[in-house]
Amino acid sequence: MGSNVLALDGVSAYYGDSLVLQEVSFSLGEGRLLGLLGRNGAGKSTCMNVAAGLLSPRNGHLEFFGETVTEIKPEELAHLGVSLVPQERRIFKSLTVYENLAVAARQPPWTHRDPWEFSTVFAAFPRLGERHKQVAGSLSGGEQQMLAIARALMSNPRILLMDEPSEGLAPQIVMEVIDTVSRLKEQGLSIILVEQNPKLVFGIADDIVILNSGRVVLTGTAADLNPKNLDLTEYLGIF
Amino acid sequence: MTLYIILTINSITMGGLLFLLSAGFSLIFGLMRIPNLAHGALFMLGAYFGVTFLRMEVNFWIAVIFSGVALAIIGGVIERLLLRRLAGQELAQVLVTLGLAFIIADVCLLIWTGDPIPLNAPESLRGVERFFGIVFPRYRLAVVVIALILAIGLWFLLERTRLGAMIRASVDDPEMARVTGIRVSRLFTIVFALGAALAGVGGVLSGPILSVYPGLDAEMLPLALIIVILGGAGSLPGAFLGSFVIGFIYNFGQVFFPDLAYVVLFLPMLLMLVLRPQGLFGKDPL
Repeated sequence: MGSNVLALDGVSAYYGDSLVLQEVSFSLGEGRLLGLLGRNGAGKSTCMNVAAGLLSPRNGHLEFFGETVTEIKPEELAHLGVSLVPQERRIFKSLTVYENLAVAARQPPWTHRDPWEFSTVFAAFPRLGERHKQVAGSLSGGEQQMLAIARALMSNPRILLMDEPSEGLAPQIVMEVIDTVSRLKEQGLSIILVEQNPKLVFGIADDIVILNSGRVVLTGTAADLNPKNLDLTEYLGIF
Repeated sequence: MTLYIILTINSITMGGLLFLLSAGFSLIFGLMRIPNLAHGALFMLGAYFGVTFLRMEVNFWIAVIFSGVALAIIGGVIERLLLRRLAGQELAQVLVTLGLAFIIADVCLLIWTGDPIPLNAPESLRGVERFFGIVFPRYRLAVVVIALILAIGLWFLLERTRLGAMIRASVDDPEMARVTGIRVSRLFTIVFALGAALAGVGGVLSGPILSVYPGLDAEMLPLALIIVILGGAGSLPGAFLGSFVIGFIYNFGQVFFPDLAYVVLFLPMLLMLVLRPQGLFGKDPL
């Protein structure tokens, strides 16, 4: 296992006056895929927002590549190599598919031999290539999700944060998305995958963190916490 | 017949001039949601800068460029120091920009006095051209051509460049734009500076037609407002069409309904606000 690329250390965060994360700590190892699980409202998306710089923790701190950060702007984090595939996709709907990708395109210094650029993205997501002139808002839900992932990749990130990428998609499209995530992991990208569906996550994750009511209640490797061996019903409900 | 031809020529000229005024206003209003009530004052300030540059015997076109640059700097400073702090607070923005408009107007009065100052058109553009027996003042034709070139240039910038796509992405979803690595606040400074520069350029170019005088700001601002409401905030084609529509309404209205000049001007705006609040080409209602 390589060194940590991202760590939350005792992070507490609030929306207004309501406490949504309580002293949350976990870390993402280099090249690993961490599955972040929990019921609705457990604080998963809030963790993603903190890790993407959208929400500043009131207590605790973040670590990126071994450097401690307490407050950092999302655009600066993006330039450090953190990329978010947000909940509900949030593609730029009035821009074309091509423009959505162009605004995110970057070749940072850590970019390796096969950088993500238009040709590689369109090879990985042929539908986006076919529709590159189309306005993004007119794409289907699955295509919009692919675009959100492709946009995140165009910056050649070191850390990919994926917030419920399967949400609201047809089962076949969900499998496509999960396949894509597996491929990205094989290519060595460090990923945090937030999901409601534990079965999807246990299939591909290296590490698991389970949140409940804004607290970390269980952490371990996917092998140790495999639902086949362990009853996770009390943490995640029935599955 | 001659009257109609003259009125039509004047309307088209005024349309070109109004586009120079309203393009910047529409950009700032549509993209940043800032109702910049100082825009008329920036237009007037640009014109007065032109006066000073011309008195220093600078070439007319260089004076136009210098004025644009000076206004871009002033606009950038206003955005960074004042408006940045008031993001999302529209009432505060209205009051601050209105206050700025009064301050700029007073400073202009202090420096350039209260007398109207005529600006001379560049020598090469004085005189007239004749087409089919109709006389066209050369400078006015040039203003329309410049407006057309600027309209195409701005459209190209916004719709066909990566910078333009970044600006539109930042308007679509500013938070997500930042997460994508776009430095949104820097982009907004650029947009505001560009809008102010357009006002400055428009101010100097209007000088040979309108002269420069105290009160020019207050005369221009309502016209910019009407145009943006008609065309739709943030829409360059809207600002372009709106400018010529208002050019025609203004000129024909003043001749045929001189007592109702303002009614004729503002009535289309009121109707648009009631029937189609997003304007002809706008996406969001005001």
